[in-house]
Amino acid sequence: MALPILVVLGFAFCVACEFLPIINTYTKGVLIMVGINIILCASLNLVNGYMGEFSVGHAGFMALGAYASAVMTIKWLPASVFELPLAVLFGGTVAAAIGFLLALLSFKTRGDYLAIITLAFLMIVKSAVENIEYLGGPRGMTPPVLTNLPWAFFWVVVTLWIIRNLVYSKFGRAITAIREDEIAANAMGVRVREAKILAFSTSAFFGGVAGALYAQVNFFIDPKSFDIVRSTEILVMVYLGGVASLAGSILGAVIFTLLFQALQDLGTWRMVVMPLILVLLMIFRPRGIMGMKELPWFLPKRELFTKRQP
Amino acid sequence: MLYYIAQQTINAIQLGSIYALIALGYSMVYGVLVMINFAHSDLFMLGAFACLLLATMLPVQLPFVVILLLVMAIIGLLGALIERVAYRPLRGAPRVSAIITALGCGLVIQNTTLSLSPYPKYMPELFNSRTLTFSGLTITTLQILIIGISFGLMVALDFLIRKTRYGMAMRAISFDVRTVPLMGIPVNRIISLTFLVGAGLGGAAGMLYGLAYPQISSGIGILIGWKAFIAAVIGGIGSIRGAVLGGFLLGLVEVMAVAFTDSSYRDLIAYSLLLLILVFKPYGLLGQAPNQKV
Repeated sequence: MALPILVVLGFAFCVACEFLPIINTYTKGVLIMVGINIILCASLNLVNGYMGEFSVGHAGFMALGAYASAVMTIKWLPASVFELPLAVLFGGTVAAAIGFLLALLSFKTRGDYLAIITLAFLMIVKSAVENIEYLGGPRGMTPPVLTNLPWAFFWVVVTLWIIRNLVYSKFGRAITAIREDEIAANAMGVRVREAKILAFSTSAFFGGVAGALYAQVNFFIDPKSFDIVRSTEILVMVYLGGVASLAGSILGAVIFTLLFQALQDLGTWRMVVMPLILVLLMIFRPRGIMGMKELPWFLPKRELFTKRQP
Repeated sequence: MLYYIAQQTINAIQLGSIYALIALGYSMVYGVLVMINFAHSDLFMLGAFACLLLATMLPVQLPFVVILLLVMAIIGLLGALIERVAYRPLRGAPRVSAIITALGCGLVIQNTTLSLSPYPKYMPELFNSRTLTFSGLTITTLQILIIGISFGLMVALDFLIRKTRYGMAMRAISFDVRTVPLMGIPVNRIISLTFLVGAGLGGAAGMLYGLAYPQISSGIGILIGWKAFIAAVIGGIGSIRGAVLGGFLLGLVEVMAVAFTDSSYRDLIAYSLLLLILVFKPYGLLGQAPNQKV
């Protein structure tokens, strides 16, 4: 029962921070980025960790969510309390729809070729946005700043809750079975196609949600903010924290964001350090800190007493 | 109109031969290791920078051929070094780890170059180019040189792979990697050699690119190198002739796209072509589907 109490306490803290001068604006910004990164990391972990595929296109879904929500808040919706939740939901839905299409297209391919398809998807999204004048083209857009700490926390909890429930459901079993052996899973009667599409769409939805939250806090988005470098950052978080682990996703996102802030002075050398960490991780600890392990808090009761295969 | 198309075709062959040279490196590595060497595009970029340094930093002006050979040697050795340090420890690891490492190595090279040289550099003229005109069509001697060197290197590679013992060993490894060591073939040495040759070709392509389009920056790895990767996939990654075919095809499509539409659609068209080919012909034009074993 520790987790619900923690969630309530965390939410109370976030609301307190929003209305009382407990922490300064910079710290608040970093905390919101931690939240966004947790959503990104957990949702990418669904495809890269639990399903064992390799997607490099997560920044593309983030871009879709960011631009969809920016269009909502700038052009379509009047300013109101419902502006942010509607925009975030819309951003997630657009990303999920495109993710669904991409999963349909790429269903037969896997491994290296799936990585190529997600890479092509990322590049197509980026250069398509650059060519659409309605979205500001290469100049980008300036959405209003709407995301605050309680909303970021709310979406983190929703993401983790849904992904946790998905992973330990029947569909989640199917997804992990695909990771272990797709052909064998198919032979055992797992509906591989359905499971893949579900995992992809869910991952894309939360990628879009994170993008929407990011757009509404950053004041400025342009196609360059969602390139391969952004995708690599999310990959570093996933493989740093640990594959197929929600606790690992949180840990990876927190460590990465804090490290990213701490290395601010390095300038462009920071973009050397991050991939270098990724390479070293792959050579010396390929599954990450919490790889394939989970905190008991995130496990359903019936899982607590069964022994997990590493 | 016809002249315009013919003129653009010459440009397409020039761009296509550079793409094909880079694509060969991707395909060779995929052939022996079944792994996408994402760092290859950044080795191509370093080839252009190595040429720039050799041409401007040395007290004596080296002849053109010497610079070309030096660039190929430096980049080739660097490619073999990356394989030794970063990829070899992961030989038995899951395939995904190898792809991630390659991606990481590429980004390390690219961003190191960016940090050391934040602004675009200009390649000096190494070759005194003249313009020739045949009945309305213009072609520079530089273009002839670039196309000639590319074809020469491709023919040499084809000879290496088809006629020599090393080439035979490479083909054997890509055919069945488990049996090959039993036949007494030094697998590690052959893999190093593959990286050496593949990266060397990429370095040569980088130098030729720098001569053709003198503005070079750390971004050309992503701009040009990854396009060459598309070319390799379109042709069927792992297939040497497919890489050449894909390179020229992509060069033609891109040049025509720029000639007849807005140039900002170039990337969109190239990557959409990649997606379409992968959906309808998942193993490329000349590639073969691998056997899946349970």
